[in-house]
Amino acid sequence: MKLSKRKREALTGYLLILPWIAGFLLFMAYPLIDSFFMSFNKVTITPYGIETRYLGWSNYKDAFLTDPEFSEKLFLFLKSNVLTIPIVIVFSLFVALLINQPVRGRSLFRAIFFLPVVITSGEVVQELFAQGAATIPLVEKYGFVTMIQDNLPPSWADPIIGIINQFILILWYSGVQILIFLAGLQKVNAQVYEAAAIDGASPWVSFWKITLPEVKPFILVNLIYTVIDLFTNGFSDVIQLIQDNMFQTDTGLGYASALAWIYFAVIFAVLLVAAFFFRSKEHRISAAGR
Amino acid sequence: MSKIEIARRRRTADVRAAALAALVKTRSVLLGRKGSDGLMMKIVIYALLISIGFIYVYPLLFMVSQSFKNLDDLLDPTVAWIPRTLYWANYGEAWQVLHYMRTLGSTLLVAVAPAVCQTVSCAIVGYGFAKFRFPGKTFLFGLMLLTFIVPKQVVMIPTFLLFKDYGMLETPLPFIVPGLFAQGLRGALFILIYCQFFRTIPDALEEAAQMDGAGSLRTFFRIILPISLPAIVVVFLFSMVWHWNETYLAPLYLGNAMTTLPLELKTFNDAFKAMYTGSSKVTDVNEAIRMAATLLIVLPLLVLYLFAQKWFTQVVDKTGLTGE
Repeated sequence: MKLSKRKREALTGYLLILPWIAGFLLFMAYPLIDSFFMSFNKVTITPYGIETRYLGWSNYKDAFLTDPEFSEKLFLFLKSNVLTIPIVIVFSLFVALLINQPVRGRSLFRAIFFLPVVITSGEVVQELFAQGAATIPLVEKYGFVTMIQDNLPPSWADPIIGIINQFILILWYSGVQILIFLAGLQKVNAQVYEAAAIDGASPWVSFWKITLPEVKPFILVNLIYTVIDLFTNGFSDVIQLIQDNMFQTDTGLGYASALAWIYFAVIFAVLLVAAFFFRSKEHRISAAGR
Repeated sequence: MSKIEIARRRRTADVRAAALAALVKTRSVLLGRKGSDGLMMKIVIYALLISIGFIYVYPLLFMVSQSFKNLDDLLDPTVAWIPRTLYWANYGEAWQVLHYMRTLGSTLLVAVAPAVCQTVSCAIVGYGFAKFRFPGKTFLFGLMLLTFIVPKQVVMIPTFLLFKDYGMLETPLPFIVPGLFAQGLRGALFILIYCQFFRTIPDALEEAAQMDGAGSLRTFFRIILPISLPAIVVVFLFSMVWHWNETYLAPLYLGNAMTTLPLELKTFNDAFKAMYTGSSKVTDVNEAIRMAATLLIVLPLLVLYLFAQKWFTQVVDKTGLTGE
């Protein structure tokens, strides 16, 4: 009886995710394998179709050893994102907490903070950026930029200045994350806070003890989302480089595929590191709480 | 210790005690007795909300202000925010260059149909991943996350060739059909959102339904979906907006057969010149016209958002109250 119940559960589970499995086989598996195959080949597009010539690891070697741009761009991009990712996560949690407060005009503020969800993509943002609508004039007025330049070595000052210059853009990349956090916060029972307050817990304590554990799954979702959003959007220099190579006759699709797979490996590694840090931080908080 | 010394010490102690009492009193007014009901906290919260809010609206205000400027206002550095005259002609020109009504129609088709498909299919798959145990689940879940991480550039060309073989090019089908199978634009993210949401629903709810004799599918449609409205709204909104703004794969799949509003913005300058060269009216494209066009492109989304947001907030509040 018990076994049959478990079997039935498994069967229902398979049935529910069947569309995804079918879709994966239909639209994802073949392109993935094909592009992996291409990355080991010299691919030339001829009028008669696609010609491939096996090269072994040479595309991958070239990416690091002969390409003057790739590893440099990859490194710079990683460095700027090491700062951006935590900023986006912390900022979006902060904003979500703010608009979860019982304040006047709450729905208006919410409407404003979710605006980026609607506008932040592709052409429109690039247009705004080109017209200079994405920087805050005040920042330059107060001389933050020169202050940072004077006090930090250029290897760290440059990414920070880059962040300040794109500040609006970074904030705008938090739209989705704010929404996800807010949905998470809404699930927390208000009575838990009341009980904690009666027991004399300060807002600070109830944030660490109640709010943070409750939104924990949502932090991981947002972390994954932010990394992928930042790494795969059109503003990434590395993506630009991959695209340029895709249509170049001398390097071609094979080399571009190899670059893309290296990039994929890097994203994967970053996610693993992020997940690891997130997890160890969790332990530290619960240990400190005891 | 001298008497003077003692007296002085006592006096300072009195002063300190009085100061402390005053501090506690003001503190309870400013900071509040419990949590965030103090005046100070209120001021800080509102200040933060307003200043962050301003940063968010700034590009939009900039866009609106710029779009109403005529050439004189645009070149005049003394006109910062409010144009001397509301110059509507920018919108007229942008409207024509974009072929607005026609392009809006095709954009809606490319955005709404895949969004509906993804909203439904990802909910089902997400439920399967969230609430059922079956062999190989971890592997399949990992595989799904993997498809989310793969940059679309990796699989772009092979996917294009695939759709060519399926004969789906020059139609919105390359967006719709994968959407039916919980794939497509950020499909994995939607599954993930649903998954996280369903996991917060207590199992007891389903067990109770099952006790009453409802099957798994019935429980899903009757019990789970109705309380998952926030997740559904969020997924639909995201999916639609992202399909709307998609300009990377859209030209590849749609070819010359269809165009979308954001795609038109890409070629706006050329289209503008093509339309106005040879005519007696001498005009050149300027920032104001481009901003008017940009605003026209996001306007339908803003309108939709205006309604969806209101509804969304209510839904979130309601379920926030009833959830557990």
